Amino acid sequence: MEVPILKQGPYLIASIQSALSDEDLVQLRDALVAQVGKLRSRGVIVDVTALDVMDSFATRTLRDIAHMIRLRGAEMVIVGIQPEVAFALVRLGLKLEGVATALDLEEGILYLNRKMGESGKEMKHRGR
Amino acid sequence: MAKVRQKNAMAPMDDPVELLRELVAHLQQNRTLLREEWARRITEAKLLTAMSKDEIFAEATAIYDNYIEALESGTFEALQAYARNLSERIIPRGVETHEVIGIVLLLRDVLARSLFAKYQSDFTLYNRILDAYEPAANRIANTVAVGFVQERERVIREQQEAIRVLSTPVLQVRERLLILPIIGVIDPQRARQLTEQLLRGIRTNRAKVVVIDITGVPVMDANVANHLVQTVEATRLLGATVIITGLSPEIAQTLVTIGVDLGKMNTVGDLQGGIEEAERLLGYKVVPLGESPHSV
Repeated sequence: MEVPILKQGPYLIASIQSALSDEDLVQLRDALVAQVGKLRSRGVIVDVTALDVMDSFATRTLRDIAHMIRLRGAEMVIVGIQPEVAFALVRLGLKLEGVATALDLEEGILYLNRKMGESGKEMKHRGR
Repeated sequence: MAKVRQKNAMAPMDDPVELLRELVAHLQQNRTLLREEWARRITEAKLLTAMSKDEIFAEATAIYDNYIEALESGTFEALQAYARNLSERIIPRGVETHEVIGIVLLLRDVLARSLFAKYQSDFTLYNRILDAYEPAANRIANTVAVGFVQERERVIREQQEAIRVLSTPVLQVRERLLILPIIGVIDPQRARQLTEQLLRGIRTNRAKVVVIDITGVPVMDANVANHLVQTVEATRLLGATVIITGLSPEIAQTLVTIGVDLGKMNTVGDLQGGIEEAERLLGYKVVPLGESPHSV
C-alpha cells in the first residue's frame, strides 16, 4: 500500500495507515527524499500512530529517511509511536538515534515550527 | 525393635486407643510440672526472645492443652486453628520459623523424656507407648509448623500485593509534566510495570517532560539500570524528555562501575532541582508573588 504524502505549508506529512511491506517502505523513502526537494519543504512528519508493530527494517528505513532528509536540508520528525512499540524497539536495540520524535501530529508541527525559528541561527550538528 | 513392634501389634492386649488414653492421663496428671519444664527449656534454648516469660508460659499452657487434646481426640482442627491464631499474633512480633518449630520439638522431647521416666522399668510397654505417641506427636509438630509457615506466606503475599498497588504512581504536577517517584527495591517485574505505566501515562496526559525520582531506591543492579536506560529511550520515542533525580552516591558508583551508559540521561541532584529543570524545559517561570510585575 502506497503511503500518501500531503503537503501542508512548508511541511510534508506522510501518515502510515497500515503495516508496510519492505517495498512500500523503500518507495516511501524515495518519494519523500524526492518530494522534499521538489516542493522545497522545510520539514517532514512521518505519522506512525496506526502501527502497533514496527520491525527492524521499518525502523532502520525510517532512521535512514530522517538522515537523508537532513542531508537534503530539511528536518524530519516521527510522531505517534505507541508505548508498546516504543518499548519493544528499545528492547531490540533499535533506538532511532539522532531522529527527532514527538507525541502526535500537533506536537510534531510545533517541533518543526520551533526548529524553523532557530534556522536563522547556524544549523546545529545534532549528535548521533 | 521392628520385630517387637510387630509382635505387639499381634497381641490382643495391645490396643492403641487404650495406650493413648493412658498416655493422655499421664500428661494431664503431670500438666503443671511438664509445662514448667517446657517453658524452662524454651527460655534456656533462647527461643521466643521477643516474648516475656509470662507470655511464654501462657502460650505454653495453651499449646500444651491443645496438644493433649489433639492426642486424645486424634483430630487436629482445633490445634490447627490455634496454630493459625498463634501465628497471627506472633508473626508481627518477629518470631521466626525456627523458633516455632523449635518449641514444638522441645515439647516433644520433654514429653518423651517424661514417658521414659515413667515406663523405663517396662521396656516393651515403653515401646508400645512410643508407637502410639510418636506418630501423633510428629503430626502435631507438622501441623503447627505448617500453620505457621502458611500464615507467614499469607502475610507476605498480602504485603506484596499492597506494595504492588502502591508502588507506581504516575503523577501530573503541571500541564505536560509528570513525576514518577520510585520507592523501594525495583525487581524486574516491578520495572516492567513501571515502564508500562509511565509510557501509558505519557500518552494519556500528553506529557512532555517526566521527572523520575529514585531517592527512595536503595540499590540498583545492572539489569534494573539497563531497564531504566531503556525506559528513558522509549520515552524519547514518544517525544518526551526524562529527568532522573535523586541518584544516591552508592547507585551513582554502582552505575559507573558496571558501565551503564548514562550519557544520554538527564540527571539532576534532587527532586526540586528536577522539577525546576522540567519547568525550564516547558518554558514555565515560577516567580514569588511579591516579585511578580502584576502584583500591587
